[in-house]
Amino acid sequence: MNVMTPIVRDPSQQPFDTRTLLANAEQQAIDRCYEDFMIIDVDSHHYETNSYKEIFDYIDDPVMRDQFKYSKGQTLHPRSTGGYQEMAGRITRYQHRATEQVPPGAPHRDIGLTRKWMDAIGVDVACIFPTPMLGLGLNPVVEVEVQYARAYNRWLTEKILAQEPRMVSMLYLPMNDPVAALKMVEEFGGRKGVVGFLITTVRYKPLYDNAYMKLYAALEERGLPLGFHSATNWGDQSMHISNKFIAIHALGFAWFNILHMTNWVVNGIPERFPGLKSIWIESGLAWIPFVMQRLDNEYMMRSSEAPTLKRLPSDYMREMFYTSQPMEMIGNQSMLQETFKMISAETQLLYASDYPHWDMDLPSTIYDLPFLSQQAKRNILGENARKLFKLDTLLSDDKKARLKARSAV
Amino acid sequence: MAEVFVCKDVEMKDGDVRIVRQDRIEVGVYRYEGAFYAYRNHCLHQGGPACEGIVRGKVVDLYAPDKTFMGQTYDKNEPHIICPWHGWEYKLKTGECAPDPKLRLKRYEVVQREGGVYVVI
Repeated sequence: MNVMTPIVRDPSQQPFDTRTLLANAEQQAIDRCYEDFMIIDVDSHHYETNSYKEIFDYIDDPVMRDQFKYSKGQTLHPRSTGGYQEMAGRITRYQHRATEQVPPGAPHRDIGLTRKWMDAIGVDVACIFPTPMLGLGLNPVVEVEVQYARAYNRWLTEKILAQEPRMVSMLYLPMNDPVAALKMVEEFGGRKGVVGFLITTVRYKPLYDNAYMKLYAALEERGLPLGFHSATNWGDQSMHISNKFIAIHALGFAWFNILHMTNWVVNGIPERFPGLKSIWIESGLAWIPFVMQRLDNEYMMRSSEAPTLKRLPSDYMREMFYTSQPMEMIGNQSMLQETFKMISAETQLLYASDYPHWDMDLPSTIYDLPFLSQQAKRNILGENARKLFKLDTLLSDDKKARLKARSAV
Repeated sequence: MAEVFVCKDVEMKDGDVRIVRQDRIEVGVYRYEGAFYAYRNHCLHQGGPACEGIVRGKVVDLYAPDKTFMGQTYDKNEPHIICPWHGWEYKLKTGECAPDPKLRLKRYEVVQREGGVYVVI
């Protein structure tokens, strides 16, 4: 045997760097020629906590602004939403991200960090959402939700979206105040990078309440989709009897969208607002056939309770949009294939990474599925979202460079 | 196949890992309780750098003789390699995926000679 001289690294001596952590993902992107098409990530995150100082300055109410500043954001969250997403140190990016260097020239640290993971995994445009703010709807003080939501939305649109065409967002709606939620659409609906609005579904106000009808009409009129982003709430009475985060996470992320989807359909919202497009985010996919089957079966017996519906519940659900992550991929490919058929995935499924969260999915989770045609893969990875959000085709500089290098060979 | 030089024997302490790249293959070489182990640095889940995460003992539940739950501890005799992307765990001494032994990281032979550590790739 020959003795070779290789490259040897000691990972314990390397500074934390997203491009290094995701080097294998970058290789996947190169191997699969992602430069041939646009990839849109419909659910990714940043940690708005890292920008608290800037965001707090945007809070209108001077008294509440001081409450936020001096409590360092603790005003925001009832603690019951908690958990341990970082798996007690196993997911290393959680503990090291604060030390990461951002390349010079990035207009904001958040943009620099986001570009790094986007370029590594092959994403051209990312729809970005906050992280702890997903539980803001549980805050018992309505004004806290309203004030912080507006501050965050102003900060996000002015400091981030205005400066980076590769980042877009569906903006947080303070649903505990329906009038304020409507005002949010009126104020921010036309801003650069705003591709829709978001309801975080860990909340306990019914979304079919008459108070929201003006909001839904405003979104429909503007052609802006409404996202429903799920999360967990360990403080929920039924979740209280679970003692492990695996249970809280596996059930919670599906449950809150199951609950609001069911209410949404049986109260006839899709019939009342046929032009309002909805996106159900971060619940995986297995719950959708479950709800379709449950509701269709019950509707045939109890249609008198949902008289606004003109079709089966699943017919409405099939016209809605769903994000892919966290896609259930354990030994069930035939189930997954059937799920794709049931939700008309070729036109309705939107790729999402959820990066940098612990259960992120790479584009290869879609690209490598053997039962999808090349066109279906491209639709799910980008084209469906591009049409839904009315975006221009955009490729990252990294991808353009790869195309140029290929054409030069 | 080729013998690939990793480092001098004295340069790797117990518990250390080195990542060796040869062409497109990356291998994680571990020294653990005096023995060497080497696996492909490629998680079977989504392709993460499985050998660049932390090593931690298998978590075990503790039960009293009457089957009541008493708490948890780490089994130091069964160290796990933990992929930093999503937390998939593999047994350091065999490469088996901890929750599903049908899955296994590709293993490589490690050779020690003349004060050097080599991995056969």
